[in-house]
Amino acid sequence: MRLTPRGVWWFKVLMHLMFLTPIAFLAAKVLTDNAGGDPVQYIIHYTGMGALNALVVTLVISPLAKRLKLGFLMQTRRMIGLYVFVYASLHIFAFVSLDLLFAWGFLLEEVVKRPYILVGALTYIILLLLAVTSFNRLKKKMGRSWQKLHNWVYLAALLAPIHFYWSVKSEIIEPSIYILICCGLLYLRKAKFLKQH
Amino acid sequence: MSKNTFTKGVKRQKLWDLPDNEVTPETVFKERRSIVKALGLGALGASIPGYVQAGLFDLFGEETPKNVFQSSELAFQRNSNFQLSQALTPEDKVTRHNNFYEFGTSKQDPFENAQSFQTEPWSLTIEGLVDKPIKLDYDALYKRFALEERTYRLRCVEAWSMVIPWVGFSLASLLKEAGVKSSATHVAFETLFDPDQMPGQKSRLMGGGIHYPYVEGLTIAEAMNPLSFMAVGLYGKTLPPQNGAPIRLVVPWKYGFKSIKSIVKIRVMDKQPPTSWNQLAPHEYGFYANVNPQVDHPRWSQASERSIGEGGLFSAKRIPTEMFNGYGDYVADLYKNLDLRKFY
Ligand code: HEM
Repeated sequence: MRLTPRGVWWFKVLMHLMFLTPIAFLAAKVLTDNAGGDPVQYIIHYTGMGALNALVVTLVISPLAKRLKLGFLMQTRRMIGLYVFVYASLHIFAFVSLDLLFAWGFLLEEVVKRPYILVGALTYIILLLLAVTSFNRLKKKMGRSWQKLHNWVYLAALLAPIHFYWSVKSEIIEPSIYILICCGLLYLRKAKFLKQH
Repeated sequence: MSKNTFTKGVKRQKLWDLPDNEVTPETVFKERRSIVKALGLGALGASIPGYVQAGLFDLFGEETPKNVFQSSELAFQRNSNFQLSQALTPEDKVTRHNNFYEFGTSKQDPFENAQSFQTEPWSLTIEGLVDKPIKLDYDALYKRFALEERTYRLRCVEAWSMVIPWVGFSLASLLKEAGVKSSATHVAFETLFDPDQMPGQKSRLMGGGIHYPYVEGLTIAEAMNPLSFMAVGLYGKTLPPQNGAPIRLVVPWKYGFKSIKSIVKIRVMDKQPPTSWNQLAPHEYGFYANVNPQVDHPRWSQASERSIGEGGLFSAKRIPTEMFNGYGDYVADLYKNLDLRKFY
C-alpha cells in the first residue's frame, strides 16, 4: 500500500498523538492527584514502560513495512525512535529528581553498585547517541559509520528488557515476555547479523 | 532518634473508656468495578502492562473507587511513651500508597481494589504452644484489650518511609493472655486467604508471584518486645482495608513487609516459621529484616530513604536511614550476638 504525501503527513500526526497522549494522561493524573498517594514510583514505572513499549514499536516497523509492503511506515521510524529517547529521558529525570531528589553523588554510586541501574544507564547512553545523530545532516556526514552506530539499537533492545527484569521486586512474567518479544524481533533480523560476518 | 525513654509496663487504659457502639463500621458492600473488567482491556494489546491498562481504564472515569470503605472512630488513650517529634505523613498518603500484593502490586492498587473488602465477621486465632488458645471475633479486636495510640516510623524495604499514628494494643499483652509455653521460640502470623476478595491471590500476574497466604514470623523475644504492636486503627479510626484491616502487626524497627496485614492466625511455635518474602527471594529478604543502613539490598542502597510527608511531588525529603529505624534503644539488645550482615 502506498500513501500520498498528505496521507503520510496524517499518519505521522496520528503517531505523534499516539505517543503524546500517554504523557498528557500521566500529567493529568499526577496533577489531579490520581496517581496514588505518592506518585513517584508510578511516574518512574509509567515512563519506563513507555520507553520500552516505544522501543518495541520501532523494532516492529521495518519487519512490518517489509512484509506488508507498507513503505511509508519507514518514514515514521526516526520519529518513534526519538519518542523512545523522550520517554527514557522522562524516566531518568523522574528517578533523579523525584526519587533521588538530585543527590547526584548517590546516582553515580547507584550506577556503579546496582547492576540493573548500570544496564539502564548503558541503554540510555546508546539511546542518547542515536538521538543526537538522528538528523539528516549528520547522517549524510557520517556515511557508513552512521548505520554502524545505529545498529547499536539492537543492543539497547536486549538491555532494556533485562533492566526491567532486574528491577522488579517479584513477578517476572511480564519482563520475561518483553525479553522474549525483543529476542523475537532480533531473530527476524538474523540474516542481517549473519551477513556482517 | 526519638528521645523517648521507655518505662516498663505500658499503662493500660481503663476499660470504661470504650463505648460499645463505636466499634462497628458501617461498611458498604456493593459491587465495584471488577479487576477482570480492567484487565479485559488486555485484549487491545498484550504489550500494555496491567497497571498501564488500569491507568488508562481509570482515565475513562473510574479512578476513585465508588464506595470508599467506611472507617469508624475508635476510643483510645495516647501512649506518651511512643510519640515522635517528626511531622506525620498525611492520612490520604498513608491510605493511598500501599504495598498489599493481595490487592495488586502497584502502590495505588490496594486503595483502588480493596474498598469492598469485608472485615466483619472476622476471626483471629492464637494457637500453638500456648496454655489457652484464644479466638477473637470482630468486636473483640476492639474490646478485649485497651486501645492506645502510638506514632511509629514505617520504613519500607523499597527505601521510602512514613510516620503513622496507629491505634491498637501490644502484641505482648495478647500473647500473655494466651500464656506462651516455655518451649516456644517463635511466633508465626498468617494473612486471610480469600481469593474471591483478594484478586492478587487469584491471579499470579496481579499478586506478584507470592505464594499465598502471606506468612510472617518473629522470635518470641521480638514478639514480646514492647514495640511490637497489633494495630486495629490509624489516625484514630478503624483501619482501611488497604492498610491491613481489621488487624495487622506493626514492628517498626523492621522493614515494612514484616508488618503483616489482615491477620487471621497467630501460631506460637518451637521453630522458625517460613516467611513469604524470604521464601520468594532468600538472598534479598531475610527472616529478621531489621532496618539497617549498613546492609544494602542486593539491588539498591538502604543508606537513605525518601520520607513521604506533606505537600506535592517535589516536597519529599531524602533522609539518612537509622539503624533499627531509630528504635535501637528498644531492640538493639536482642541482636547483640547476631551477625546482622549474615542474618539480614
Ligand atoms: C540511567 C538510566 C536509567 C535509570 C537510572 C533507570 C532507573 C530505573 C528505576 C529506579 C526503575 C524502577 C525500579 C522500581 O522502583 O521498581 C526502573 C524501572 C524500569 N526502567 Fe529504567 N532506568 C534507566 C534507563 C532505562 C531505559 C533506557 C529504559 C527503556 C528503554 C528503562 C526502562 C525501564 C522499565 C521498563 C522499568 C520497569 C518499570 C516497572 O517495573 O514498572 N529504563 N528504571
